[in-house]
Amino acid sequence: MSHGNMNLTLKIWRQKNDKETGKLVTYPVKDISPDMSFLEMFDVLNEELINKGEEPIAFDHDCREGICGMCSMFINGRPHGPKRGVTTCQLHMRSFKNGDTIVVEPWRAAAFPVIKDLTVDRSAFDRIIAKGGFISVNTGNAQDANNIPIPKPDADASFEAAACIGCGACVATCKNSSAMLFVSAKISQLALLPQGRVEATTRVKNMVAQMDEEGFGNCTNTGACEIECPKGISLENIARMNREYFVANIKS
Amino acid sequence: MSNSSANFIQSSLGKKLLMGLTGLFLISFLVVHATLNSFIFAMDGGDLFNQGAHFMATNPIIRIMEIVLFIGIILHIVQALVLTLKNQKARPVKYAVNDGKANSKWYSRSMGILGSLLLMFLVIHLSHFWVGTKAAQFGGTIDEHNTYIEIIEVFHNPLIVLVYLLGVISLGYHLAHGFQSSFQTLGLNHPKYTPLVKLAGLWFSILITIVFAAMPISVYFGIVK
Repeated sequence: MSHGNMNLTLKIWRQKNDKETGKLVTYPVKDISPDMSFLEMFDVLNEELINKGEEPIAFDHDCREGICGMCSMFINGRPHGPKRGVTTCQLHMRSFKNGDTIVVEPWRAAAFPVIKDLTVDRSAFDRIIAKGGFISVNTGNAQDANNIPIPKPDADASFEAAACIGCGACVATCKNSSAMLFVSAKISQLALLPQGRVEATTRVKNMVAQMDEEGFGNCTNTGACEIECPKGISLENIARMNREYFVANIKS
Repeated sequence: MSNSSANFIQSSLGKKLLMGLTGLFLISFLVVHATLNSFIFAMDGGDLFNQGAHFMATNPIIRIMEIVLFIGIILHIVQALVLTLKNQKARPVKYAVNDGKANSKWYSRSMGILGSLLLMFLVIHLSHFWVGTKAAQFGGTIDEHNTYIEIIEVFHNPLIVLVYLLGVISLGYHLAHGFQSSFQTLGLNHPKYTPLVKLAGLWFSILITIVFAAMPISVYFGIVK
């Protein structure tokens, strides 16, 4: 074992499909470099499993640079592991110590059914977006810059909400499996801009209705989502969604 | 229109709004209750306190508010049950390991347990004081009813004092989350004012806990006779 490398015990959720019940299975991993990402450690383990003729562990991943939001892993009781502001692919093994036991589970929510092992079906988010997370105009060519004046603080707040990558960590960590941080970010990014105001009333009503329809829980303002969000989406967005929703229901 | 209103009340955000509004209303009641309690510290043998208690038991506006208060409590409890059941359904399979303390306060995650403790305490509390006052009201003896003597008698029992202290501490933690949480639910979040609301909520919870705890403690130890 080269200097600084680690031996770890992994307890990983294995589940054949959405029908069967799964269980935690223990896998020892040896000689893990502290400079590996958490997903690279999984790659090493999966190669071992394949070589042994066993079924590799299914897990979601895509960009491996923290912008796609795919790498959903609940690591030692926290989405994306112990570090703040990172996704699982940005988590490095130096965040753990030699000899550690690491428990890895899929996102747990009725609205995110497990497909296999650590992969969950997050299309509930897509269906919420489809209910209003867009602007229904043919935009044509790009407009001249500053054609529509937008105050800098509004543009910044909108941009910060738009940083949401839809990973679902907010749902995963919420004691109620509430999707309100996600939905409020998707509502806020448009509600803050003049182009988005046009459909603001119908958007918030339809998206909240779809969120409820999908079976997500109800926010109790514990603030866990804000802490665990890899993109630092603020609770202010949830308050904004609440305001938008109340006003929309008064108006129509 | 009516269909849309029904959708609003049944929606997650509509239910949350009702929780927040009833919560704030119940907080306003606590302020009145705590103020009247502190009248025992006038050290006048309970004169001021009994005047206050008599006013609360006989004033027609307060009588109406008593009914509104009970409706508020029931709405708060029923809505909490509905939301809690939905929230539990939203995660049918629990985590083997869930590190809640890493991202939230324990009492923010325990509002249901704290609320249930409060409800149990409320039943005990009403049986001690409210039932007696009601009996006097309907028996026509409210003018002779001495609440002050009642509290001196009840808080002679150390077990009851302990139950009240536990009830009051549950209330303190329930408020420590509930006060600021209701503002967020109402959509009142602002980078400048939210830190102030949170601070005010914390101090309000501490103050309410101290004022309510002061009565049984000072009666038990004979500070108030």
